[in-house]
Amino acid sequence: MGEVTFLDVSKRFTLRVDEEIHHVQALDRVSFSVKDGEIVALIGPSGCGKTTALRVAMGLDASTSGRVTVDGREVNGCGHDRGMVFQHAELLPWLSALQNVMFGLEMKGMRGAPLRETAEKYLHLVGLKDSQNRRPHQLSGGMKQRVGIARALAIDPKVLLMDEPFGALDAQTRESLQAELLDIHARTGKTIIFVTHDLDEAVLIADRIVVMKHGRVQEVMDVPLKRPRPDLGIVRGTPEFAETRYKVWRAIHDGASVH
Amino acid sequence: MVDIANRNEKAAAAEEAGPAERKPWPRWVITLASITVALGLWEIFGRQVNPVFGSYPSAIAVAFWELAVSGQLWSALYDSLRPFLLGYALAILFGVPLGLLIGGFRVAEAALGIYVTAGYAMPLVALVPLLILWLGLGFAVKVAVVFLMALFPITINTWLGVVAVPKTLIEVGKSFVAPDLVILRRIVLPATLPYIMAGVRLAVGRAVVAMVIAEFFTTISGLGAVIINSANNFDTATMFVPIIILMLMAVGLNWLIGWVERRVAPWQAEIAGRDRE
Repeated sequence: MGEVTFLDVSKRFTLRVDEEIHHVQALDRVSFSVKDGEIVALIGPSGCGKTTALRVAMGLDASTSGRVTVDGREVNGCGHDRGMVFQHAELLPWLSALQNVMFGLEMKGMRGAPLRETAEKYLHLVGLKDSQNRRPHQLSGGMKQRVGIARALAIDPKVLLMDEPFGALDAQTRESLQAELLDIHARTGKTIIFVTHDLDEAVLIADRIVVMKHGRVQEVMDVPLKRPRPDLGIVRGTPEFAETRYKVWRAIHDGASVH
Repeated sequence: MVDIANRNEKAAAAEEAGPAERKPWPRWVITLASITVALGLWEIFGRQVNPVFGSYPSAIAVAFWELAVSGQLWSALYDSLRPFLLGYALAILFGVPLGLLIGGFRVAEAALGIYVTAGYAMPLVALVPLLILWLGLGFAVKVAVVFLMALFPITINTWLGVVAVPKTLIEVGKSFVAPDLVILRRIVLPATLPYIMAGVRLAVGRAVVAMVIAEFFTTISGLGAVIINSANNFDTATMFVPIIILMLMAVGLNWLIGWVERRVAPWQAEIAGRDRE
């Protein structure tokens, strides 16, 4: 199981800029829920609170009010029921790819032979069997993020939380990783919440899209594309893709000031 | 037009061939050449000066030979190295954990940071008489002086290193529910290693100076004694022998620390692209 519920989640930041104190309402009574096995995309302009929402769900930031629950249990700090994939992978530079995946498992208390076997299994899952002894600086951007995904998946969390995981990659690498993510999802059935600023990515991958603006949920939209989606190229050509993409685009731009 | 095009092509070809043929001088060749020139100039100009006011390499070499043969040099070196190495090792042993503590915990930083910052600027020479009152004139006071001089650069560098650890790496630890001490040992410590090693290097120079100060102000002994005694006899060439040995020792230690660094933190040199040199 892996149901996630945001219930009236608010988050205020206090920033000090040139001696002036600013209050930033990063999240304003955010409520939505994610069903078990579902992929939900959080999208919106930068500063809309999508990353904050993800960090609150992970337990890296605390909400000012409201709560997030995973399978009914309130989130209070980080836990092994959630796995985080960071924007720039954030691998530990002194560890090999395999050791990076093992790190997460060790923190879960795994020792001995299963530790290595499990880490190898998940590196295999993301297609990095042959590069397991390389250090992060010897890996390409796409490979690093694959290790980041393997590290989060290996602890077998109920929910995978991804913060713009493919945002820093070139277009081609991004496309192949998007396809792989869908493949991994089909095989593991994990609940996935991912943050993106890429319209295409949101529509291609997600079952539902949460459009955020100024810290609020603007709209929650269903993506009427069937699963599995083995060929994203074909998906892109469907009228449903174009239509959904346009609807999301409208939702993001509605009421926006003209620049 | 054709001419210009031709010339450009030739220039391009020459450029392509260039880097392959022009191999850069190895570092040691450059260093050796620099030392040769410096020693040569010193020899030439040093000979013009009254031997009480200055000396020159060949005279120093002769003095070195005499000290070495008489055995005086080796016993002095032994006397100096013992407190030096012990004080220096203790400074690393205490300085690194102290820096980790101050950098890693807000309370420790607020409570102890000011002592370390102030301690770094402490005029230790002025405190030596007090240290003598506490610890006597022997071995212990020398160790203490070396320890106090070497401790602060190591602690401060470690502290700065901890502060510079990217927040996101610590969040990786947190997101996998690593306890604070595990984050400190498995993320903060390795990420701080390059800073620690830089502090350990800086401390070498200060420890050498501290050792000589200790030998001047406590029981006159070791290499410091050789310096003082020969200066009192206006034997400037002999005075330079321990000074040069101390400098060579610092260079050697620095090299050794660099070697250790490449062993314990090889990723650092690889990332900076220095591993192929």
